[in-house]
Amino acid sequence: MSRGIEIRTSPHLKRVVTVDKIMRTVVLALLPIAAFAVWQFGLSALLLLLTTTGVAILTEAFFARVSGRGNTVSDWSVVITGLLLGLTLPPGFPLWMAAVAAFVGVALGKALFGGLGYNVMNPALVGRAFVQAAFPVAITTWTPAFAPGRFTEIIPSTLTPPFMQPIPVDDWVAGLNLDGWSGATPLAIQKFQHIETPLMDTFSGMIAGSAGETSAILILICGLWLAWQRMLDWRIPVSVMAGAVLVALPFWLLDPNIYPSPWFVLCSGGLMLGAWFMASDMVASPVTASGVILYGLFIGALTVVIRLFGGLVEGIMYAILLANALGPLISSWTQPRVYGSK
Amino acid sequence: MTTEVQIQPQPATTPAWAMLRTLGGIALLSGLLVALVYQFTLPIIAENQRVLTEKAVFRVLPGAVTKRDFVITPEGGLAPAEAGVSGELIYGAYDAAGQLLGLAITGSGPGYAGPVRVMFAYDPDCDCLTGSKVLQSNETPGFGDKLDFDPDFLANFKALDARLNAEGTALANAIVTVKHGTKSEPWQIDAITGATISSKAMGRAADAAAQHAVPAIERDLAVLASPPSP
Amino acid sequence: MSELLNPQEKLTPDTFLRGLWEENPVFVMLLGLCPVLAVTSTTLNALAMGLATTFVLVCSSLLVSLLRHWIPKQVRIASYIVIIATFVTIVDYAIQAISLELYAALGAFIQLIVANCVILGRAEAYASKQRLHTTLVNSLGMGAGFTLALLALGTVREILGNGTILGVSLFSPDFQPWIVMILPPGGFFVLGAWLLLFNWLRESKVRRAAKFTGAPADAR
Repeated sequence: MSRGIEIRTSPHLKRVVTVDKIMRTVVLALLPIAAFAVWQFGLSALLLLLTTTGVAILTEAFFARVSGRGNTVSDWSVVITGLLLGLTLPPGFPLWMAAVAAFVGVALGKALFGGLGYNVMNPALVGRAFVQAAFPVAITTWTPAFAPGRFTEIIPSTLTPPFMQPIPVDDWVAGLNLDGWSGATPLAIQKFQHIETPLMDTFSGMIAGSAGETSAILILICGLWLAWQRMLDWRIPVSVMAGAVLVALPFWLLDPNIYPSPWFVLCSGGLMLGAWFMASDMVASPVTASGVILYGLFIGALTVVIRLFGGLVEGIMYAILLANALGPLISSWTQPRVYGSK
Repeated sequence: MTTEVQIQPQPATTPAWAMLRTLGGIALLSGLLVALVYQFTLPIIAENQRVLTEKAVFRVLPGAVTKRDFVITPEGGLAPAEAGVSGELIYGAYDAAGQLLGLAITGSGPGYAGPVRVMFAYDPDCDCLTGSKVLQSNETPGFGDKLDFDPDFLANFKALDARLNAEGTALANAIVTVKHGTKSEPWQIDAITGATISSKAMGRAADAAAQHAVPAIERDLAVLASPPSP
Repeated sequence: MSELLNPQEKLTPDTFLRGLWEENPVFVMLLGLCPVLAVTSTTLNALAMGLATTFVLVCSSLLVSLLRHWIPKQVRIASYIVIIATFVTIVDYAIQAISLELYAALGAFIQLIVANCVILGRAEAYASKQRLHTTLVNSLGMGAGFTLALLALGTVREILGNGTILGVSLFSPDFQPWIVMILPPGGFFVLGAWLLLFNWLRESKVRRAAKFTGAPADAR
C-alpha cells in the first residue's frame, strides 16, 4: 500500500478500536480486583474465579461450534463474563453451583440470543440471578474475610460434590475463633440491626461479602482507569451512584438511626462493582447520551429502593437486569432529534 | 367445479328455531349429565372430606381414635354439631378409653399467595397449642412447604402458650410471629428464615384459631369431657 | 355437503401418531400452555392433569362429531363450549371423588380446562368435520401427546426441583434441590429447553433428508 494520499469514506477514525482490544482492557482492569479477592478470601476465591471463567469459556466454545459461528472465545468478552460472575458470588460458593451459574449465564444470557452484541441482558448477572433463584441459601452463606490459613485450606463448602447440598461451614468458621463474626455482611447488619459498619472498612474492603465486591476504593480506581482509557462510558457509573444517593439521602436525613447514610449505600454491597463493571456493559445499555443517564439513575434508585424496602438485602443485580430489559425502550425514547426535522 | 357449487347450495340463513333447538338440546343433555355425575359422586366426596378432616385431626393429636364435632353457640359456649352444620367446627379428639386428648381448631391467615388455612391442636391441660397441620395453602413450593416439615419451625408448636386473660374472653397474650432467632416468650413463633411471610401467616392463623375457639372451649370443658356417645 | 368441502380422513396409524409428534399440541402447536406451565411442578400433577384433559378432549370431540350435522355454524362455538364445560364439570367431581389432595394440588386449573385451546381447537378443526371413529382415534392421540408433554416437563422439574420422581427419592438425602425449577420460572426454562431440543431434532432430520435427496436444505 502506498503511503501517499489515502482517500477513504467516513468514518475517519484515527485509531482502530477492535472488540477484542476493548475486552482485553476490561479484563486488565478486573485483574487487580480479582487479585484482591484472592488475597482476601484465599484459595477458595481463586478456585471460584477459575471455575466460572473456565466454564464460561467452555460454554462459549461449545455454542460457537454448534452454531458454526467460528471462534468467538478469542474476543475475550466471555472471559469478562466469567470473571465478573465469580466476583459477584460468595467466596465459599460450591464450585458445582458456580459452574451451573457460568453455563446458564453464557448459554441463556448470551449464546441463545445470538452471541456477543445480541444479548439483552448482562450474561454474568443472568447466571447469578439463576443460581440466586435455584439455590437461595447457598448464595447468602457468607464466610469471614482474612481467615487465618486461607492460602493453605479451602472453605469446606467450596468442594461440595456436584448436586449435593453445600457442606455446612458453621463448624469451620467456629474453629477460626474470630471475634464478632455473625455470618452477615455489612448490608444485612445495617438492614436488620441498623448498625452501620465504619466507612473506612467498607471503603477499603476489610469486610465480608461476595468475592470481588468488597473494596470500593479498588473498584473505583480500576473503573476510573477504564474510563480514562475511554473503554467505558463514565456517565453510566456516575449516574448510577447519583441515583442511589438521591434516593438514599432524604431517608437518611429523616431518620439516620434506621436508614443508611449515602456513603454507606455507595460503598457497601455490590453497588460499586455493579455500577462500574456491569451496568456499563456496552451491549446491554442504551445507546443514546441522555438514555444512559436515565438508565443509570434508574439502576441506582431501584437498588436503594430494593435495599430499603424489599425482601432482599442487596438489589443491584435485579436493578441492572431490569434496566437492561428497559434499555431498548430508553434508547427509542431518547432518540436525538435529527437536525432540521420536527 | 360448477357441479360442486351446484350441489352445495348454502342456505341463506339458518332459522332461529334450529339454533334454539340445538343450544337447548345440548344444554339439556349437559344438565342431565352433570346432575347424574353430581348425584353419583356426592356421597364419595363427602366421605373423602370426612376422612381428610379425621386424618388431619388424628395427625395433630396423635393417639386419638375417635372425634366429635362441636360448634360454638351464640352464647359463646360449645354444643355438639348436628349433621349438615357448616362453618368452622371444633373437633374433640378422644383416645381408646374415651378420654379427651385435646381439641383440633382451625384458623387462617393471609400468606404470600392467598390464605393459609391451618389446623392446630389445643391441649386444655397446659392451655397451649401442641401441634399444627396446614390444610390449604398456595405458598411457594420449597418455602411454604417448610410450614409442615421444618423441624425447627414445628418445635414452635410443641407448647405454644394460649392462656386466656382473667375475664376468659380472649388470649392473655396474642400469638405473634417474630423474626428468626428472636423468640423470647412462649407465645411467640420463631419465623423461618427466608419464609417470613408464610411464617407470619401461620402465626395469624394460630392467633385467629385460638382467639376464636379457646374462650368457648374453656367455658364448656364439661361438655367436651363427657365420653362420646356410641 | 360438508363431506365434499372436508374430505373424510381415512383411519391410518398416522391419525393417532400425528398428535404425538408431528402435530404435538404443546411442542409443535404451542397450545394450552397455561396448565403446561402451571401444574407440572410434580410428575403426579402433570399425569393427573394430562389424563383429565384427555378425558375432556375425547368425550367432547366425540359428542361434537356425533352432533356435527345438527349444530348450525352460527352457534357452533357456543355449543362446543357448553359441551366442553359439561365434561370439565364431570372431571371436576370425579377428581374430588378420587382424591381431595390431588384436587387441592391442581387447584383452579381443573376448571380452566374449559379454556384449553387444544380442546376447542380439536372440536373446531377436526371433530366437527370428521366421522366418529377417526375423531376418537385422533383425539386420543392428541390427548396422549398433551399428556406426554406434561410428563416431559413434570419429570424434569420434579427430579431437579425436588430430587424425587412420583414422590420416590432418587438421590441421597444431601441432594440440593433447584428451587427455581418448581417455581413458575422453572416451567418456562424447562419448556424452552424441550422446545429447543425438538426444533433441533426436526431441523437435523430435514437437513439429513435434504442431504440424501440432494435438495437444498431448508428447515422450514
